[in-house]
Amino acid sequence: MSESTPRLITADLVLPGLAAADREDATRQLAALLHKAGRVTDLDGFLADVRARESQMPTGLPGRVGLPHARSAHVTVPSLAVGRCPAGVDFQGPDGTATLVFLIAAPTGGDADHMRILAALARRLVHAEFRSALLDARDAAEIADTVTREVVVS
Amino acid sequence: MKFVAITSCPTGIAHTYMAAEALEQAARAAGHEMHVETQGAAGSTPLEPDVIAAADAVVYAADLEVRGRERFAGKPFVDVGVKAPINDAAAVLAAAEEAARDAAEGAPVAGGEPDGGATAAAADGPPAPATKVTARGGAGTRVRQWLMTGVSYMIPFVAAGGILIALGFMVGGYQINEAQPDDIVSGFNAASAHDWGALLFLTGSAVFAFLVPVLAGFIAFAIADRPGLVPGFLGGAVSVTVGAGFLGGLVAGFLAGFLALGLTRLPVPAAVRGVMPVVVTPLVASFGTGLAMFVVLGRPLAALMDGLNGWLGSLSGGSLVLLGTLIGLMMAVDMGGPVNKVAYTFATAGLAAAGASANPDAVEFTVMAAAMAAGMTPPLGLALATLLRARLFTPGEIQNGKAAWLLGASFITEGAIPFAAADPLRVIPALMVGSGVTGGLVAVFGATLRAPHGGIWVTPLIGHPLLFLLALLAGTAVTALGVCLLKSLGRRSTAADARSDATTPAGV
Repeated sequence: MSESTPRLITADLVLPGLAAADREDATRQLAALLHKAGRVTDLDGFLADVRARESQMPTGLPGRVGLPHARSAHVTVPSLAVGRCPAGVDFQGPDGTATLVFLIAAPTGGDADHMRILAALARRLVHAEFRSALLDARDAAEIADTVTREVVVS
Repeated sequence: MKFVAITSCPTGIAHTYMAAEALEQAARAAGHEMHVETQGAAGSTPLEPDVIAAADAVVYAADLEVRGRERFAGKPFVDVGVKAPINDAAAVLAAAEEAARDAAEGAPVAGGEPDGGATAAAADGPPAPATKVTARGGAGTRVRQWLMTGVSYMIPFVAAGGILIALGFMVGGYQINEAQPDDIVSGFNAASAHDWGALLFLTGSAVFAFLVPVLAGFIAFAIADRPGLVPGFLGGAVSVTVGAGFLGGLVAGFLAGFLALGLTRLPVPAAVRGVMPVVVTPLVASFGTGLAMFVVLGRPLAALMDGLNGWLGSLSGGSLVLLGTLIGLMMAVDMGGPVNKVAYTFATAGLAAAGASANPDAVEFTVMAAAMAAGMTPPLGLALATLLRARLFTPGEIQNGKAAWLLGASFITEGAIPFAAADPLRVIPALMVGSGVTGGLVAVFGATLRAPHGGIWVTPLIGHPLLFLLALLAGTAVTALGVCLLKSLGRRSTAADARSDATTPAGV
């Protein structure tokens, strides 16, 4: 990653022990982290954009992953917030509730460099070993480091 | 094997790339070569032309319209949507392999574009005409694809012939259908409206004479490839001769196709194999088709055709309005899909049957007018809705709304698809109500149309054009109001939103 682009994820964007009532709640908790970090300017506006995407087609994925995401005018830099949720949150995925929730925030005016880092992230999500490394990580810092190390623009 | 794939998704930041990665992984695992063009937000690098040329099959894992689809014309493909490879990429690859193998075996094949692109496919692909037959699908799907191949080749004939005939009537008056070729062959008077009208009418009639043969010929072609053409065309021509018309053409097309296909699959000595496709198959299949059509099927089919025409002719008042409404509902329910095509085929079939009829108010022409108007209101209504209540739509949809004006005005119902795909439960019912109203009103007004396509651009050919436009406006307004109403109902509270999502698994 180049010096000018802030990291996709930092330890303060991780909830290693997320407990959420439903996907709406999980998304809101993660979005609040992005908001606090100044990466999302308008929390409610951003959540509305995520909800709009989610209503087109639920984002539950094989491997018990929930992937709420949006391109939104309220996002300043491409960001990822991760929640690890041992009890599971229903994202209507094909193989059960999600134990990993990735909230991807993309700026609408993002240039190609921004988008490429998110594309690389999406590609990593497909790999089972990437997911298990996150599930096995000790703490927030290790989760953030794993993502930063694994997600590289090729 | 070698594959190429296109992936895309609504947001363009996640599923597009996950699907690409999953396809590449699965291909590596199975020892295949896979090149993916990700049409997402990170910009897309087009596949190299030689990579496309070398590919055995194409995988469309796209939830958006594939950009540059014509590059893959003539290649076998599978069309699965973006989620399929993420869920099970190996299965998608297996389907693609099967498509490639079917094509390689020379099955009657090589799906060009699945819809509406026959000419583009023919222009860019190999020099053979394209068919609408994909290398997979059950018996029902195949029958529909064979039928639609025939219909798609017939439509330009209906259009050119129908418009020429309509112009002939406009220029030469309603007795022009009594004009004889000799009137203009022996001496053409360039100052005579009658002669110009006769020229237009006779030219259009000559084009119309090809309708049923072209339909039958290309149904047979879709089934049996080139060996099907001769028996198919012949079967269609015989059908006209014995008075079995359109229905006879359908039957003859299938009959000729299967005869030719059966013959091409016969095991024959190597010495004869070379002359099978050019001499033996067309000869024998033609004789068989001729025998069946002249001797066996001709009379019952002619009787059936008379019955159908009699039934259509007897429709008036309430039952005609009901038919118009039904056609309208069918045009809107899947916007260019199978149900829409059935309604549209029924309408154009009527046009072909009524042909050069001098009666400007023939029921067939009203059915055609109803089908066209009802196919125009879905995009028009949505375009109006984006103007009325912009906040109910995404910025992308508002952009689409601008294009939808033109698409709707040109009778391209598919312009409504982006809206309906994003929110089917709210959008489609509104479209159906609007189209039903339009179809019914056209029937009430008795507006007529002799051309199978053209939208508002063929208004001069429409009987009672002002009433036709009134029906169109009414349907557009109903559609727009319906869409706005349903969309605002569904959005009243986020809780309701979440509930409705939960009860509709995967809104795709």
